[in-house]
Amino acid sequence: MSESRFRGTDRYVATDDLMMAVNAAVTLGRPLLVKGEPGTGKTQLAEEVALALNRPFLQWHIKSTTKAQQGLYEYDAVSRLRDSQLGDARVHDIRNYIVKGKLWEAFTTEVQPVLLIDEIDKADIEFPNDLLHELDRMEFFVYETREVVKAHHRPIIIITSNNEKELPDAFLRRCFFHYIRFPDKDTMERIINVHYPNLKKRLLSEALEAFFEIRDVPGLKKRPSTSELLDWIKLLVAEEIPPEALRGDQHKLIPPLYGALLKNEQDVHLFERLLFMSRRKRD
Amino acid sequence: MMTEFFLKLRKAGVPVTLTEFLTLLEALSQRVTAHSIEEFYYLARAALVKDERHYDRFDQVFGAHFKGLETLFDQIVGVKVPVEWLHKLAELTLSEEDKRLIESLGGWEKLMETFAQRLAEQEGRHQGGNKWIGTAGKSPFGAYGYNPEGIRIGQEESRHRQAVKVWDRREFRNLDDTVELGTRNIKIALRRLRRFAREGAAEELDLDDTIRSTARNAGYLELKMVPERHNAVKVLLFLDVGGSMDDHVRVCEELFSAARTEFKHLEYFYFHNMVYEGLWKDNRRRYTEKTETLTVLNTFGHDYKLILVGDATMSPYEISYPGGSVEHFNPEAGDVWMSRLLAAYPRAIWLNPQPQNRWSYVPSIEMVRELMGERMFPLTLEGLEQGIRALQRAR
Repeated sequence: MSESRFRGTDRYVATDDLMMAVNAAVTLGRPLLVKGEPGTGKTQLAEEVALALNRPFLQWHIKSTTKAQQGLYEYDAVSRLRDSQLGDARVHDIRNYIVKGKLWEAFTTEVQPVLLIDEIDKADIEFPNDLLHELDRMEFFVYETREVVKAHHRPIIIITSNNEKELPDAFLRRCFFHYIRFPDKDTMERIINVHYPNLKKRLLSEALEAFFEIRDVPGLKKRPSTSELLDWIKLLVAEEIPPEALRGDQHKLIPPLYGALLKNEQDVHLFERLLFMSRRKRD
Repeated sequence: MMTEFFLKLRKAGVPVTLTEFLTLLEALSQRVTAHSIEEFYYLARAALVKDERHYDRFDQVFGAHFKGLETLFDQIVGVKVPVEWLHKLAELTLSEEDKRLIESLGGWEKLMETFAQRLAEQEGRHQGGNKWIGTAGKSPFGAYGYNPEGIRIGQEESRHRQAVKVWDRREFRNLDDTVELGTRNIKIALRRLRRFAREGAAEELDLDDTIRSTARNAGYLELKMVPERHNAVKVLLFLDVGGSMDDHVRVCEELFSAARTEFKHLEYFYFHNMVYEGLWKDNRRRYTEKTETLTVLNTFGHDYKLILVGDATMSPYEISYPGGSVEHFNPEAGDVWMSRLLAAYPRAIWLNPQPQNRWSYVPSIEMVRELMGERMFPLTLEGLEQGIRALQRAR
């Protein structure tokens, strides 16, 4: 076994409180629930934890139609029915038609894996409740074959939520919780350094300045997030935009390639208008 | 000491349960933290608080309970409080009224100056003390009519370079759920109204029924179909426009746009101050293209839920007297129309963008509230949630 404490990776900057939450969840074998603004790296966290601790990584992506049962196993009745009508010999063993879900996979891997349950709030309100027992005891019963599937090791479970639905209290009680805050300027600088180590210092500071300026514009419909900033910087580097261009001269009001940051034409107009007004005041 | 902390948290309204508390103790006994109070703070927060809206309250209790204990721990972060931050924090805590008061006292800059000066004096007199601006009772802001509880700003003063601990920074302040809403939050609140139903053409394979029927059919495949599930809730939204509602345009816009995307069956109409015999759909043509309220009542069935949005701030005559409207001559009084509406739509609420603590000073708000049978809620996230819950309850 390699390192057992998570300290972030060379691709992922973790703040102290995030590291604490991850380590507590890993040590006690409880699920970790992560919330935060979109684009703050919730999903990526699980991948990085798996990478840092050198564990297999399993991802269960939740949609509005996902049922808790699908995470355990599914009984493929239709293909059994078809096989029976075709006279296939496989039909006699029901085991052939049990399709393992992600949770079952996570329970039976050799090494303790990291399981990501992504966007749990997308599913039906009852979804988390249906998983209570399974996450608590780390075992479940397969009715069709009358066997109990028990976890070899309690998997490290990381659950992300976008807050679209409130999660039931009984579920919350069993988790550790962490809210990923929007990074401040210093953390942001570290994040960018991790992704673009060779970025010129001046371009970085100008870009950050412009970015936080945009984020601070009151009344934006959608504020740009970390992942959008990273995309924007990638574009800036690819287009070889000089740092001076970001400062915005008198003729150009809005930073170049703003499409990566502002995703809504009302926001673009609003930003242009505010910028225009502030420039005029300054002159 | 820990148990007391637990009880204090509960008292402060952070919903901590015994299971969570035991989890924390278990984590401590397994030595998840090294010996720094900061790590302990992070651990306690991750284990006990399950909603970012409670972070702020947790920080306050933590700060109060473990004050002074940090000497037991070596590691203390040295972060100074920037003046801008004080500025921002105070801005968040101040109501409109307070801001107006500040203006009359010579403006923001002057006030901040006084504030800083007072702080310096206070420091001088109590050298070395760790005072909390609120609890020390020496808040310079008392004189200006601030609520001292409102501006409890951790350890004070930047120029003394005193350390401010993480919990004292109280960065999660604006996640508390009494603050005004953004569209996304509203959507989430409205989503609670969802009621799924299967209606319309049968398009989905009903696997369970198919299997059951096939088994009953001696093994011959018999397909069964059901209609797709979708949100079947129906909402009528009446919005007050113009006049005193101009101050609340933004929040109403947000509510409206959220409601539009959230409900398939949404009908909206505008009114001014009070509902009378006519409503309109387009504000530019409000005088030419009116829809009769009676037509609305007859068109949309009783299963619609009615949401009225308005500040209900008007002269009482507009509610109780025929001809009281400010815009036209209304043959029947507003309350007559209201009771008709409520009879037609028993599930109705009134959302009021005015702060709740001011309601009792405005007679017309009280009157409307009585008409609505107390189902008036403030237009904040909390109020909206209460309102949605009231809508779901059968009357």
